[in-house]
Amino acid sequence: MPTLFENVWKAHAVRTLPSGQTQLFVGLHLVHEVTSPQAFDMVRQQGWRVAFPERTFATVDHIVPTSSQRRPFIDLTAEEMTAALERNCREAGIQLFAPGASGSKDQGIVHVIGPELGLTQPGMTIACGDSHTSTHGALGAIAFGIGTSQVRDVLASQCLALDPLKVRRIDVNGTLRPGVYAKDVILTIIRKLGVNGGVGYAYEYGGSTIDRMSIEERMTICNMSIEGGARVGYVNPDETTFAYLKGRRFAPQGEAFTRAVAWWRKIASSPDARYDDRVTIDAAEIEPTVTWGINPGQSVGISEPIASTADAEALTFMGFTAGGRVAGTKIDVAFIGSCTNGRISDLEEAARIVKGRRVAPHVKALVVPGSQEVSRVAEAKGLPEIFTKAGFEWRGAGCSMCLAMNPDRLEGQQVCASSSNRNFKGRQGSPNGRTLLMSPAMVAAAALAGQVVDVRTLLEEVHA
Amino acid sequence: MGAITTITGRALPLRGDDLDTDRIMPARFLRAVTFEGLEQHVFEDDRASTPDHPFNNANYRGASILVVNSNFGCGSSREHAPQGLARYGIHAIVGESYSEIFLGNSSVLGIPCLTASPADIRALQTLIEQNPDLQVTASVEAQSVTAGHLTIKAQLPPGVRDAFLTDKWNPTAMLLADFDKVRNVATHLPYVAGF
Repeated sequence: MPTLFENVWKAHAVRTLPSGQTQLFVGLHLVHEVTSPQAFDMVRQQGWRVAFPERTFATVDHIVPTSSQRRPFIDLTAEEMTAALERNCREAGIQLFAPGASGSKDQGIVHVIGPELGLTQPGMTIACGDSHTSTHGALGAIAFGIGTSQVRDVLASQCLALDPLKVRRIDVNGTLRPGVYAKDVILTIIRKLGVNGGVGYAYEYGGSTIDRMSIEERMTICNMSIEGGARVGYVNPDETTFAYLKGRRFAPQGEAFTRAVAWWRKIASSPDARYDDRVTIDAAEIEPTVTWGINPGQSVGISEPIASTADAEALTFMGFTAGGRVAGTKIDVAFIGSCTNGRISDLEEAARIVKGRRVAPHVKALVVPGSQEVSRVAEAKGLPEIFTKAGFEWRGAGCSMCLAMNPDRLEGQQVCASSSNRNFKGRQGSPNGRTLLMSPAMVAAAALAGQVVDVRTLLEEVHA
Repeated sequence: MGAITTITGRALPLRGDDLDTDRIMPARFLRAVTFEGLEQHVFEDDRASTPDHPFNNANYRGASILVVNSNFGCGSSREHAPQGLARYGIHAIVGESYSEIFLGNSSVLGIPCLTASPADIRALQTLIEQNPDLQVTASVEAQSVTAGHLTIKAQLPPGVRDAFLTDKWNPTAMLLADFDKVRNVATHLPYVAGF
């Protein structure tokens, strides 16, 4: 019996190309300012038109400043790239969510606003010129990160030329211990299966732990599928998915919603689906997890020492030793945000830990909401006050210090406790900058302590 | 365009697993609306911190075949990475394995990413390090790489290989060729037609 991946693939297959690849229809194309201008240019030069502008939506996230989003941006390159996207969208009839001229209040990280607006739906194929497009799989979509030439292809034809993927079922069963979050689960999965373990696979996440997770937690899991080499990650749609989508702006409304739910149920993996591989993870064994190296698979549980066999290049770059511990590492910067962990539940959990406490004097601490909507909800809940009173900076929506395309960046050899997704050399803007990936709660704890600590010690105080 | 069957030239061995696209092309060079000039920034930070980086080595200047290890091009989907390599003069890559997105991005630029066994790759890298002037031939057709006395098996995903051999590696025209079928699939999808 088929998996959701196979069902969706079949429903969207246009034809087999002469090369043997499949021409796959893309149900939703999401576009942002950094990987699209060359694609729009290529479409124009060829005299093509955007084939399905009504199935294409755009926002600005990668380069936008988060200190002030008043237009024109102080950063002239950010202004130029945003203006180019505005022009391209206007010309093609594509709806754009951007601060300023268009007046939109729905700008944000593309993988945050897609689900938030109800654009992302189960059973869809989704493409976006960003590798973290896998995030949308949390709602049961099959979502591909693509390059700029493929953005051109999707603009021109609403299609991609792809080879099918195998499907690996990853069951996470049991109860997560207090202080252990979705981020720790996905870091553990990547550590176990390797940063290239998922090449050739779509990851289907299930099991009792995933079943109980909110959509936002599932997004954190699916988001980092690509860090494990899997281009696609997804969770089958269920009651949690339907409840999340109900009433969202672009979701089906009224009776159409009921009919949609029936189709969404039908397209999910059958209980007896056959998988190319299966892996089981015990949730109870997972600890708060931190990376020590230069790829997301190089991590340890907070109470664990770094393995004696650890990669020498990574250890040298990061300043760790084999057998040493990450706990106790002094940090310079704390970053809460990104498409991995910049949603409201992430900020709420961090605020719960921060409330009434102070950021260590030597730490620069940033909270960057994933979208303007996340920002509004946070304001209604009083989160900005909690963070700013503690000494965090509260910023506008964007990708910010996850990839440092704007002024939010590390300097020199700074160490950053980060809720983002990549600890690659140079990722956060300084060639020698060092990134420690962890959950937003762990980042909050590190910001307060000025060093990496086990968040569970602080949670005990919160509960007490 | 044109069919791509073999690539011949000098080669550049670049050792290391999991070389991600942030290292190939740091994000600050994505701050532009074109791909122009990216060849100047390939591995810029690695080159600055490692004086004997192969991309700094004059012996490899003008090489057109890059020889890498496992999971090359992992991470960000930025096409700026293979665009930079292409503009630098790399016409083929031979390695142990690649991230899927990088392989796809390179293929549509006409850069075949051939895969060989770890032992064969190490042998090839050593041989080139010993003799940087060696002419290397990467054959998409024969699925092999030859350097002096050494010939190794080197594969491509079947669909990608066929696309190179039949001049179909830039797929846009093909995707547009039967557009009625595209519309037909769209109208049968309930979320497009309306639930």
